[in-house]
Amino acid sequence: MEALNIAIKSIFIDNMVFAYFLGMCSFLAVSKKVKTAVGLGAAVIFVLTITVPLNWLIQEKVLKEGAMAWMGADFASVDLTFLQFIIFIAVIAAMVQLVEMVIEKFSPALYGSLGIFLPLIAVNCAILGSSLFMVQRDYTVVEATAFGFGSGTGFFLAIIALAAIRERLKYSNVPNGLKGLGITMLITGLMGLAFKSFIGIAL
Amino acid sequence: MSTDVAEAPLEVKEPAEALLSKRRKRIVADPLNEDNPITVQVLGICSALAVTVQIKPTIIMSLAVVFVIVFSNLIVSLIRNSIPGRIRIIVQLAIIATLVTLVSEVLKAYSYDMYKILGAYVGLIITNCIVMGRLEAFAMANKPYDSVLDGLGSGFGYAWIILAVAFFRELFGSGSILNVKIYEPIGNMLGVTLQTNGLMVDSIGAFMILGIIIWIQRTKNGYVEH
Repeated sequence: MEALNIAIKSIFIDNMVFAYFLGMCSFLAVSKKVKTAVGLGAAVIFVLTITVPLNWLIQEKVLKEGAMAWMGADFASVDLTFLQFIIFIAVIAAMVQLVEMVIEKFSPALYGSLGIFLPLIAVNCAILGSSLFMVQRDYTVVEATAFGFGSGTGFFLAIIALAAIRERLKYSNVPNGLKGLGITMLITGLMGLAFKSFIGIAL
Repeated sequence: MSTDVAEAPLEVKEPAEALLSKRRKRIVADPLNEDNPITVQVLGICSALAVTVQIKPTIIMSLAVVFVIVFSNLIVSLIRNSIPGRIRIIVQLAIIATLVTLVSEVLKAYSYDMYKILGAYVGLIITNCIVMGRLEAFAMANKPYDSVLDGLGSGFGYAWIILAVAFFRELFGSGSILNVKIYEPIGNMLGVTLQTNGLMVDSIGAFMILGIIIWIQRTKNGYVEH
């Protein structure tokens, strides 16, 4: 139940894009068409649901102070927290590569639609950000998985909504200096305002 | 993403170039205005907005980013000829992550309050697209000294935009500048209570202000996106 609550909270209230500004680069760059936005969004959900629990495991069993106690008494006082960034980003980059190869092998059709977005995801701040937030908030493994999935879904919703708005925007007359990034920023602000209305939803 | 910045100047083979020749001045000056990483190239927006509620953390954040860009540019440029093309992303990420770890450890040791305020966003410098973008577009193809200049230009181009956003957010959102109260004395002088705007403290204020800054800057530059 707690896990479900975390998932819903990370989709609507603590939305990766609107509340934490994470994944903005690809959010702005890949939101010109709904179809490509769906591809990227799905890839983000996929990778987040895998990497957050995986990084949780590494954090709990290797990096945290005293986490290596399972290897024997000698390791009980080892604190590898300073390696967190480098290990997390390596895990994410490796996972993305692995996922890409697996999809290519078993489902060429899915690879065709997701493939080009996967390399982009390794440097998407939403992915690394979720892992870092997961550490900050002391989640259990179930909660971490729910959080990963929820964050991904939140990003998916946001990018599809923005892409749909931008497709319509082509027919409107925007001032020259505001074309492209400027108007997109303002729209994102307004969307954030709309998402604010979800505050207070809890199970 | 970084595709539209790929046209980096080719390596120049002239023997003795002045330490601050015209071309080198351009390398530093272009990203400050005409080729600004945030407003024109659309890179590194994530961290640009998250830390800008107050000016002080923003200054720390900008310094951290400048440090990471300059040194990762330098290191990658020094070893650019021995990095195999296929694994260059991992190599670049490892270099950036090491530098960011350094920054985060120094912050933790000397300014723990700031470390707490910035939180996960220090770590997120790793995935700041500006750093990655400059490595790919410039450092991989240019000499170390030029790369350092490019890093300085891009770093400060990023810094002044987020400082501008932070200035307006702190002024309108908290009624202060660098924690010095501005609204209260003015309000007392006029005999009214000036209300702060809660939206500015919120993420929405950041989107709006950045949108408006981009609008003003692009109107002045004459840059139009199609």
